[in-house]
Amino acid sequence: MTRDMTRSGEPLLRIDDVHVHYGRVIAVNGVDLTVSRGETLGLVGESGSGKSTLAMAILRLITPPGRIVSGRIHLNGVDILSTGGRQLRQLRWTDVSLIPQGSMNSLNPVMRIGDQIQDAIEAHDRRQTKDSLRQRVLSLLDMVRLPARVYGMYPHELSGGMKQRVCIAMAIALGPSLIIADEPTSALDVVVQKTVAETLLKVKEELNSSMILVGHDMALQAQLVDRIAVMYAGNIVEVAPVAELFSNPVHAYTRHLIASVPSITERKPLVVKEFQRPDLTTARPKPELREVSPGHLVALDDEHSDRRTSGEASEREEVIPRG
Amino acid sequence: MFAFTVWLSATIMFAIPQLAPGDPVSAMVTRLTQQAGFVEGSAGMIEAWRERFGLDDPLLIQYAQYLKNMLTFDYGYSLSQFPVEVETMIADAIPWTIGLLTIATIISFIAGTVVGALMAWRRSPALLRLLLPLTLTFTAIPFFILGMLLIYLFVFGLEIFPVAGGYDSTAMPGFNVDFIASVIEHGTLPALSIVIGSMGFWALGMRGMMITIEGEDYLTLAQAKGLNPLRILFRYQIRNAILPQFTALMLSFGHIVGGTVLVEYIFGYPGTGSLLFRALSNSDFTVTQGIVFILILTTAAAVLVVDLIYPLLDPRITYERSST
Repeated sequence: MTRDMTRSGEPLLRIDDVHVHYGRVIAVNGVDLTVSRGETLGLVGESGSGKSTLAMAILRLITPPGRIVSGRIHLNGVDILSTGGRQLRQLRWTDVSLIPQGSMNSLNPVMRIGDQIQDAIEAHDRRQTKDSLRQRVLSLLDMVRLPARVYGMYPHELSGGMKQRVCIAMAIALGPSLIIADEPTSALDVVVQKTVAETLLKVKEELNSSMILVGHDMALQAQLVDRIAVMYAGNIVEVAPVAELFSNPVHAYTRHLIASVPSITERKPLVVKEFQRPDLTTARPKPELREVSPGHLVALDDEHSDRRTSGEASEREEVIPRG
Repeated sequence: MFAFTVWLSATIMFAIPQLAPGDPVSAMVTRLTQQAGFVEGSAGMIEAWRERFGLDDPLLIQYAQYLKNMLTFDYGYSLSQFPVEVETMIADAIPWTIGLLTIATIISFIAGTVVGALMAWRRSPALLRLLLPLTLTFTAIPFFILGMLLIYLFVFGLEIFPVAGGYDSTAMPGFNVDFIASVIEHGTLPALSIVIGSMGFWALGMRGMMITIEGEDYLTLAQAKGLNPLRILFRYQIRNAILPQFTALMLSFGHIVGGTVLVEYIFGYPGTGSLLFRALSNSDFTVTQGIVFILILTTAAAVLVVDLIYPLLDPRITYERSST
């Protein structure tokens, strides 16, 4: 793999001012984001904040009525948005792969697991015998700690956690430089969530790939990622290294997200703050991000974020109107 | 399950004519009377024939006799063409209908499914997607009107195809080129009217399933994998969309024996459809019963076949206890 670009300082993935619209709804409103090599970036936000849309935009999987209106996405120096046809198909999975939501329907119900992993490999790399292909799939299954018999099984014969491991095995099959995991554990129960998350981290480290982990589970993010980007109403409102974000959240919405993680040591009243979401169909300015400390950027163009430490500011009941 | 279905249907079939007014023997004698003006001893004839057909026996005995006959494929004599056995009549008609309808159904299924799949496929050329719905307009036209339209166009207009029958009277029935060519020539128009008329059914069903599957996560993942679009279309989308189509196909195979009454009637085709039509209009109960019973048998058999081969098509369906 080409690691030399790391040294030149160019990030693996660079997203510049991407806008995605679904009809009249502005789902992603001008997002800038970078992911460095080997880095795991958490992309958090509530449902409808545009985090999954942004992730799908990187894969060029936005389907009508959605469309990428403007912006640039560079992966390994290739402008993804200007590719198409065969070039785009080649780029998919070899450079960027997807671990879908841990739902029941990510695998084709009428194909054996082995075949589904194999066709991903074969679509990009035909020069191998049937037997070596099989060996390759078996070693992938082994990497995600699945027994070899899974190879000949159908999706309905597997549990949710096993299916998600199959998806992980599939995602790492070609050693992509970027893995996009779209809420990979959200449909699983907590114990399975933990083991799947561990598997994910382990294989990611073995491959030295970068990963974007989309989700809203702040506890999981805290364990897995290096840096977190918080999305709200189509924009990134705060980006910071994970420790910094948890110890010093600045944006009101970030604080709200962190505060909603339940704690065993103190019993907090279940306060649900009403965040009034802006009307997503109206054009709204893209908030400007300012650096509050090294690597920590916050949208400061509205009065709802401040520079005070979280301890002082946390009592404010906040509403975020924008737009 | 199979046996129960057959028994229940046969019983219903026995009961319904009992409820209907009229009596085939007196109906037939009346017709004879009308044709000949006067038939000597018609009352005695009715008596004798009623006894001959067992119509005077108690209902239960008739029922038991009926079940036994049905199961042994002994349907007795035709009431309207007395000395001819129902068995022979059906045996003569069945190959015509099965031949015509099997081919027409398969063509219609394939064409309709392909049209439906292409209508739903996002990569289909725009022109194709505009044209396809037009072909479906014909589905709104009933078989028989379509048939008459075809007769008008091809038989009287272009004079390409013969008007009626199953084969030319000059051709010797048997395994020779003349006869086979003649059969194909005669079968083309009826088959065409069935294909055009029923294609839309397959197309709409397929299109609906394709669109349902379009939203499935595994299709998104297949795209993300960078697979060839044709592979996604066949192995992922069509492969899953076709499952309910296949059930419908099997069931329509089961119905084949009944023929398409109106199409066969219009084209004067010597199949079971025409036979059924004649039997119904002549109150020929034995022939009707024979055909309907065979129809029930084949439908039930088709359902059985669907059950047996479905696990091969859809691995999620299995009749063993799965061990996960």
